[in-house]
Amino acid sequence: MIKVKDVSFTYPNGVEALREVSLTIQDGEFVAIMGQNGAGKTTLVKHFNGLLKPTSGNVLVDGVNTRKMSVAALARKVGFVFQNPDHQLFCETVEDEVAFALRNFGFKERTIKKRVAWALNLLDLTEYRKTSPFMLSGGERKRVALASVLAWNPKVVILDEPTIGQDHKQKERLRQFIVQLTAQQKTVVIVTHDVEFVAECNPHVVLMAQGKIVAEGGAKQVLTNPDLVTQASIVPPQITQIFLELADLGLPTDLIDIYEAREALLNFLEANP
Amino acid sequence: MSVFDGLRFRRVSSPIHQLDPRAKFFYVCVMFVIAVMFNELLPLILLFLIQIPFVFVAGVQREWIRSLRGAAFLAIIIFGFNFLFSYLYSYYEPSYALEYSLAMALRFIVLVESFSVFFLTTSPDHLGLALEQSHVPYEFCFAFTTAVRFVPVLAEEAQTIMDAQKARGLELERGNFIKRIRNYIPILIPLIVNAIRRSLELAEAMESRAWGATEKRTNLYMLRLGKPDYVLALMSVLMLVLAVYVRLSIPVPRLAMILRI
Repeated sequence: MIKVKDVSFTYPNGVEALREVSLTIQDGEFVAIMGQNGAGKTTLVKHFNGLLKPTSGNVLVDGVNTRKMSVAALARKVGFVFQNPDHQLFCETVEDEVAFALRNFGFKERTIKKRVAWALNLLDLTEYRKTSPFMLSGGERKRVALASVLAWNPKVVILDEPTIGQDHKQKERLRQFIVQLTAQQKTVVIVTHDVEFVAECNPHVVLMAQGKIVAEGGAKQVLTNPDLVTQASIVPPQITQIFLELADLGLPTDLIDIYEAREALLNFLEANP
Repeated sequence: MSVFDGLRFRRVSSPIHQLDPRAKFFYVCVMFVIAVMFNELLPLILLFLIQIPFVFVAGVQREWIRSLRGAAFLAIIIFGFNFLFSYLYSYYEPSYALEYSLAMALRFIVLVESFSVFFLTTSPDHLGLALEQSHVPYEFCFAFTTAVRFVPVLAEEAQTIMDAQKARGLELERGNFIKRIRNYIPILIPLIVNAIRRSLELAEAMESRAWGATEKRTNLYMLRLGKPDYVLALMSVLMLVLAVYVRLSIPVPRLAMILRI
C-alpha cells in the first residue's frame, strides 16, 4: 500500500510541483494518474520509489517512510519504468540489460538466468536475447525497458507514459499485460495523457492540475465529468464526447466503454422506433 | 558540478552584462596573464580584490560564490601539493613554502574567478556574435554556441538517466574507488549515445531548414564597442603595463616581510 500524506514538493530551482497532495493506493489497485503537462504527475510518482523525497509531508510504502529508505531498497518493491527507454538502456545485449537490475539486487546467477528468460518470454523478446538494445525499434526498446523492471517481480509497477509512440496493437498488448499484472495482485500505476487508453482500461483515475489532485474516482465517473476534465486540460474520450452531444435526446452521458455505448444506443433505438 | 553552476548565464541586465564581450574577454585575458606573471601572494591578493566590485555591480554574487566554493576543493589540492613539494625540495624556510603554496592556490582561484565573471555576465548569443564579428568562420561560431546552449539540456538528461538507473537498483555511492567509477558506466553510455543521436537529429533538422544556404550571413543585432568598453579595455591595458613594470623593476615584497615590519 502506498500512502501519500500532505506531500508538497519544490524543486531546487523554486518550481512548486506538488502542493499538499494526499493519496492512498491499495495493494492490487490499478491507478491512472492524469493531467496536463507540468501538473506534477511524474513528480508525484517519483516519490513512490524514493527518487524524490517530499519537501514536507510523508510518503509511506507498506508503512515505511520513504525518507528512511534508499532508492535501491525501495526499488526492490516499487518498479519504475521511465518514459524514454533511451535513458536506461546501455548494455551490449538485451539479456544483459534485463539482468542488470537483478545483479544490482544481488540475485544468484542461476535465479538471474531463470528470471531473464521468464521476463523476455513475457514480453515476447526472446528472439532478441543476444541483440544490442540499440538495434531495436522504439516499441521494442520500450518493451526491453519494461522487461528489465518486471524481471525482479516488484509488488508495485509504475509506468510513466507507457503508450507514447506505441501503435494500436502494442497498446492493446500493453492493456492486456496490465490486466494480467493486476490479476496477480500487483499494484499498477500509470502516468498518462492518453484518455482513450484509460477509457479502454477503466482504472481508478487520479486527476491532477497545478500540483494538486483535483479529482479521484472510477474512470467512468471522472472522465465523463466535463467540468473536471476541462479543469485538468484533457479532452473526454471520444465515446463520451459523442454521448455528451446526444444528451438532449435523453441518452446517458456517463459512458466511456464502446460496448456499453452500443448497448445504450440499441436500447434507445428499440425504445424509440 | 557546482563549478559549472558558477559559469551558467542568467539573463539579467547590469552595466557589466551590457559590456561588449570582446572588451570583457580582453579584460579576462589580461587578468589571466597578470595572474600567471606573479608567484607572490601580495599581487595575487590584489588581483582577487580588484574583481570583487565587478561581481557586485553585475549582481551575480550568489553564483560567483558558488563557483568559488566549487573551485575551493581543487585549490586546496593545489595548495597541498605545492606546500608538500616546496617544503620537501627547497631549502627555504617553512613560512616561505606556506606563502608560495598559498599564492599558487590563490592564482587558481583568481583564474576561476575572472572566467566565472565573464561567463556569468555574457550571454551565449553575444559570445557567438563576438566570435562571428572577430571573423571566426560561422561554422565554428555555431558549433560553439550550440555546445554552450546544450549544456543545461545534457545536465538535465544526466539527472533523468541517473534516476532511471537508480530505479533499477544502481547505487552510485557503493563500493571502492574503482567500483564507484564503474558505477557511472550505466549513466555515461546512455548519455553519450543520446548526445550523438541528438546531434545527428539536430544536423538533419538544420539541413531541412536550409542551413548554410546563404553565403553571406547578416545579423539583426550587431555588437558595437561603446565608451564603457573602451574604458574597460584601457583599464586593462594600464593594468597590464603596470604589472609588467612592477615585475621587471620592483622586487615584490613577501607578505611575511611586510607583516614583520
